Amino acid sequence: MSEDEKKELLASGHRMCAGCGEGTAMRTILNEAGPNSIATVATGCLEVTTTAFPQTAWEIPLIHAAFENAASVAAGIESALKQMDKKGETNILSFAGDGGTFDIGFQALSGMFERKHNVTHICLDNEAYMNTGIQRCSSTPYGASTTTSPKGKYSIGEDRPKKPIARIASAHDIPYAATACIGYINDLKKKVNKALEADGPAFLHVFAPCPTGWRHGSSDTIELAKLAVETGVFVLWEAEDGNICDLNVTYKPKERKPVEEYLKKQRRFAHLTEEHIEKIQKEVDEKCEEYGF
Amino acid sequence: MMKPGTYFMEGNTACAEGAIAAGCTFFAGYPITPASEILERMAKRFPEFHGSYLQMEDELASITAILGASWAGRKAMTATSGPGFSLMMENYGLGLMTETPCVIVNVMRGGPSTGLPTKVAQGDVNQTRWGTHGDVGVVVYVPSSPQEMFDLTIKAFNTSEKYRLPVVVLSDEMVSHMTEKVDIPKKEDIEIVERKKPEEPPERSLPFCPDEDLVPPMANAGEGYSVHVTGLTHDEKGHPSIDEETQNKLVTRLIDKIRKNADDILEYEEYMVQDADIIVVAYGSVYRAAREAVEIARDKGIKAGLLRPITIWPFPEDRIYDLAKNGTDNFLVAEINFGQIVFEVERCTGGAANTYLAPRMGGNIHTPEEIVDRMEAIEEGKIPDFKE
Repeated sequence: MSEDEKKELLASGHRMCAGCGEGTAMRTILNEAGPNSIATVATGCLEVTTTAFPQTAWEIPLIHAAFENAASVAAGIESALKQMDKKGETNILSFAGDGGTFDIGFQALSGMFERKHNVTHICLDNEAYMNTGIQRCSSTPYGASTTTSPKGKYSIGEDRPKKPIARIASAHDIPYAATACIGYINDLKKKVNKALEADGPAFLHVFAPCPTGWRHGSSDTIELAKLAVETGVFVLWEAEDGNICDLNVTYKPKERKPVEEYLKKQRRFAHLTEEHIEKIQKEVDEKCEEYGF
Repeated sequence: MMKPGTYFMEGNTACAEGAIAAGCTFFAGYPITPASEILERMAKRFPEFHGSYLQMEDELASITAILGASWAGRKAMTATSGPGFSLMMENYGLGLMTETPCVIVNVMRGGPSTGLPTKVAQGDVNQTRWGTHGDVGVVVYVPSSPQEMFDLTIKAFNTSEKYRLPVVVLSDEMVSHMTEKVDIPKKEDIEIVERKKPEEPPERSLPFCPDEDLVPPMANAGEGYSVHVTGLTHDEKGHPSIDEETQNKLVTRLIDKIRKNADDILEYEEYMVQDADIIVVAYGSVYRAAREAVEIARDKGIKAGLLRPITIWPFPEDRIYDLAKNGTDNFLVAEINFGQIVFEVERCTGGAANTYLAPRMGGNIHTPEEIVDRMEAIEEGKIPDFKE
């Protein structure tokens, strides 16, 4: 290994919460991308925890844009480098959380895909607005209690299913779209490389548990990430050239575990009754059938 | 609404409770520090009485959802902070152009851009007046305490219904996150204003034909009236009419609607201004330090007074001119920005008094002592003008 390869591109000493899934995701992704990369990052946990003045955890050039525009700024960088004939092998990475991808950043993302910029957009999904205090998002799963979808006498928490963002991204007919999870690092690494090698826009949906927002033990992060996949709550797949009808499921558990094992470890689901859990199980079963396992 | 009584309550919570007391049953918003507690309170309270809490995908969607809800007949509100308020600017103009009653709460934080998300500033004052494109007349309330977060949110709803426009409650991080005594009055003691309805039958109704107060009655969608709402320049029928004459008539009325009713809308508070040589002008959280500063200055023998705009738009322009003409030599504007209301004060004095600025860039409010130091320096003639 050369000196360059040994250097961590997300330096230690950042301010993520203990057990934050994003840290594991970011370390893996940046080290795979390597130093010849430029990143844009939307407002969110990642930005707040890695860039607090006077320190930065970033060892590659970084632009913190606003909340809604990481993909547009990345599109600008990519186009300008191309125009100056300087794009070469440089990776252009656009990072945003689930809010900055599913909700407010969606328009910018869709435009970047449509114009076919050679940019990889990475969504770090912790299933709510954690940075501003655990408010619901269109990424929040059915039944989760958040500060703006609170459980209570009249509410079971979030009452709508999660938006299928990676399928929507793929439906732009982009060369590469995939889901990944910090419980499966080798799978994540492969997908980062495929995304970067793609000739055009790529999308990675990275599932990253959040002890603060999901209210689970900070030592349970990886276990929960694995459980999400083992129960079929989160499915690992990849699709090339928008071919979502023939996507490749990259990991199939030999025997799917019941969703209850995943739900019961998180206090955001603690209020759910057996009936609710059955409903979630049924939906997961249906989804897994669609994915062929 | 909440049980009447005395509570120990955070400003943002008081704002949400004020909205509920005013009859707000529709809220659409997007999380943003330091306004998120308003969303959280609404999300928690609305299910109790079938109110609609919608969390939107961004601030463009939030403000347009409340415009839609208002036309469907609900009292509607959104809450945000600087970055979200900037995103709302186009549709703030749409609300003003279509004369849609609703309330927008902006809890100011340090800017520009992402700035200081968790800290106080007052940099959005002129944005509320001039932020959207075109000429508009606006109403903006500036609370200085959790109690006023409650009271002025109710007033904002009343004014929005009475004059048919989006009204802004311009709070700041400190007022919004401050926890203080809040008195919730009995329901019968709270004045509630509802939008006036057309008296003409639908076939003779002109939905944008104003009464004498320059405000047209408003039929909600679904009540049998022709409701053609457009951000294009429109005539009294509400139909687009892209010509100079219609534009002149409509935009003049939209501005006059506020300008000519300013006496009814305008609110300010004065403290020891009668014999004052120097008057401090302060609003929002800074008002609290400025009041203390005036007291310290009086103890030191400086004839100091205080003027606090409660509606920052319309602005107490005639009152400032009167004070300047009648013996006040100097005005000192203390605001957490690089000078916004100071230009308004300077304009209003008509050259009859000097105007100075005590600026701050955000992150904290002025201390009373630094305002007093500024007053002393002015009295001693050490500051040539407010640009120093």
